[in-house]
Amino acid sequence: MTEQRTVLTGKHLMQGDMACAEGAIAAGCRFFAGYPITPATEIAERMARRMIEVGGIYVQMEDELASMAAIIGASWAGVKAMTATSGPGFSLMQENIGLAAMTETPCVVVNIMRGSPSTGQPTEPGQQDVMQAQWGSHGDYDVIALAPASVQEMFDLTIECFNLSETYRVPTFLLADGFIGHLWERVIIPPLEEIKVVKRKKPKVPPEKYIPFKPDDDLVPPMANFGDGYRVHVTGLTHDEHGYPRTDDPEVQFKLVQRLCEKIRKNAEKIIKIKELMLEDAEVAVIAYGIASRASISAVKKAREAGIKAGLLRLVTVWPFPEKIVSEIANQVKAIVVPEMNYGQLVREVERAAKETPVHFIPKLGGEPHKPDEIFEVIRRAVK
Amino acid sequence: MKAVQEFEMHHPMAKYLRTERFPHIWCEGCGNGIILGCFTRALDELKINIDKLVVVSGIGCIGRIAGYLRCDSFHTTHGRAIALATGIRLANPNLTLAVISGDGDLFSIGGNHFIHAARRNIDMTVICSNNFNYGMTGGQLGPTTPLHSYTTTSPYGNIEHPFNLVHLAAAAGAVYVARWTALHVQRLTASIKKALQKKGFKFIEVVSPCPEIFGRRNNFKKAIEMMRWLKDVSEIRHGYDPSKAEITMEKIVVGEFVDVEKPTYEELLQKKYIKVQEKLREKNAG
Ligand SMILES: Cc1ncc(C[n+]2csc(CCOP(=O)(O)OP(=O)(O)O)c2C)c(N)n1
Ligand code: SF4
Ligand SMILES: [Mg+2]
Repeated sequence: MTEQRTVLTGKHLMQGDMACAEGAIAAGCRFFAGYPITPATEIAERMARRMIEVGGIYVQMEDELASMAAIIGASWAGVKAMTATSGPGFSLMQENIGLAAMTETPCVVVNIMRGSPSTGQPTEPGQQDVMQAQWGSHGDYDVIALAPASVQEMFDLTIECFNLSETYRVPTFLLADGFIGHLWERVIIPPLEEIKVVKRKKPKVPPEKYIPFKPDDDLVPPMANFGDGYRVHVTGLTHDEHGYPRTDDPEVQFKLVQRLCEKIRKNAEKIIKIKELMLEDAEVAVIAYGIASRASISAVKKAREAGIKAGLLRLVTVWPFPEKIVSEIANQVKAIVVPEMNYGQLVREVERAAKETPVHFIPKLGGEPHKPDEIFEVIRRAVK
Repeated sequence: MKAVQEFEMHHPMAKYLRTERFPHIWCEGCGNGIILGCFTRALDELKINIDKLVVVSGIGCIGRIAGYLRCDSFHTTHGRAIALATGIRLANPNLTLAVISGDGDLFSIGGNHFIHAARRNIDMTVICSNNFNYGMTGGQLGPTTPLHSYTTTSPYGNIEHPFNLVHLAAAAGAVYVARWTALHVQRLTASIKKALQKKGFKFIEVVSPCPEIFGRRNNFKKAIEMMRWLKDVSEIRHGYDPSKAEITMEKIVVGEFVDVEKPTYEELLQKKYIKVQEKLREKNAG
């Protein structure tokens, strides 16, 4: 394999979708299954070119149900796997996202969000699938979702998605939007040896001693890949630690569902990443993620110029929701401003964490991102 | 428990089974046990390395088969077995890969995955237990329910034309297509052996009695009567035109219908890979 083509170390002008594909390759992804959809198609196209160069697999499946199923299969066969889509495809994937959660399959799903519901606005950006990312499939399970706000982060956070997914054996989402996905910006790709790459932990015991779904202290069980000789049975049915179906035992169901949720909640502090801007003395905090955070930076700076003590909390991690951090900020400030490119989604989580502190929501639909002035105006009114 | 222990001690196929999970869920007289038996015999006779065997199933009575085999196995969501198996196959070409699932799973909810995996010629052996209905959910009509048969959702007789699975598989591009009934134990075993040794997308339909649910609603008073019926109506005709092999309650043509060679997806991909790598080397050298 031509090693210098694996990680394209250097400075590049790149589109967000391409940077995502390169991030995946740098993270060790060697299997991509997908189905074309705007504005995520460029990821598939890049992967179709690049996977074969790095000795990986690109396969275009018949739909998104199949794409999601295929990456689960590839992951169990021991290969890091990813798919990429947008809203309509994300909806089709939900069935097997639930299967990935239930079977604790490391895998990465990229959603380049567009205007929705339904077929919506194929070529316009949106942030309308944020709640779906956590609650999209039936049942209780927790996921991890990261929201990039630049092309550089399309690269960096895709790597992070793989690392988290391998660490916690959980489907992990890169929740970007059509704007960032199609944006051209400078990306710095570090040398291979400077890129931190995590691999799933393997069993330390021989096959006869291995209990496939018995967790370690971090609540994550070591994972044997198919073909390793451990002879694992994997099922979407409620199963015990041996992986065997136990659908009539309330305790087995409780323990399993509890662990699927708690392995993320208990490790939330390790998982969550945020970025702060001028929050130390802030009296009003803007809380934003992804595309909406870009205009928020200018709005906060403008507010400071106008003598308003404003700050920005940017959520890099959207799920698990940084509840504690938002609560602490809510205790400090007089008001919170939440701009999102939807009709009010993550703001509900913010409100829940903010308790008494007033939360001002700025919806945005149609395709044009928020303008800094719109956010500034709400900041100004919020502290009046 | 004692029966299980005795089975473990004496049955030559027990080593392939997760006997700790027995008794299995299947009814008395069900054809699924026969399919399991034939499959393990084929593994045994071929001396397949079980550490490198993966069996994938969907949801349904037959779908439970994955959990009874002592190998790496995946009991997927309803209909998605072939799509998931495609991921396994492409990620690891060195595994022996079989999908064993039901008529509803593979041809109703999963029909799209079936035709596309066959078209791509992904290397896997697909075995369908065709019991003419949805056994697991209590006997509803499915894509193979014979015309005028009774099920819980065709209480006045089925008015949907059933799929002819071997014709479908052949048309979609399968390189090996055979049909047997649960009565044809030796021939089915031989067919499974052949399929497991051949490269590409291989399909074996097994007409499998579901006496408990389908049989009872369609005038078969006992399991043995379904077996007798299969004996009476089945007719072995190798090389028969699959498009003419529709199943009716009066006639079931069985045999090998297709056995051809065609490059697999993986083989074609490997060729492209070599070409791309050569180009890259040239580029780097120049
Ligand atoms: C998405 C979804 N829809 C419906 C079901 C309910 N269901 C379980 S098994 C089954 C039918 C199985 O029929 P078949 O594949 O023929 O297997 P059999 O039980 O006859 O062996 C259905 C509809 C399900 N599990 N998932
Ligand atoms: S319902 Fe039919 S297919 Fe299912 S186990 Fe019983 S006899 Fe077999
Ligand atoms: Mg059936």
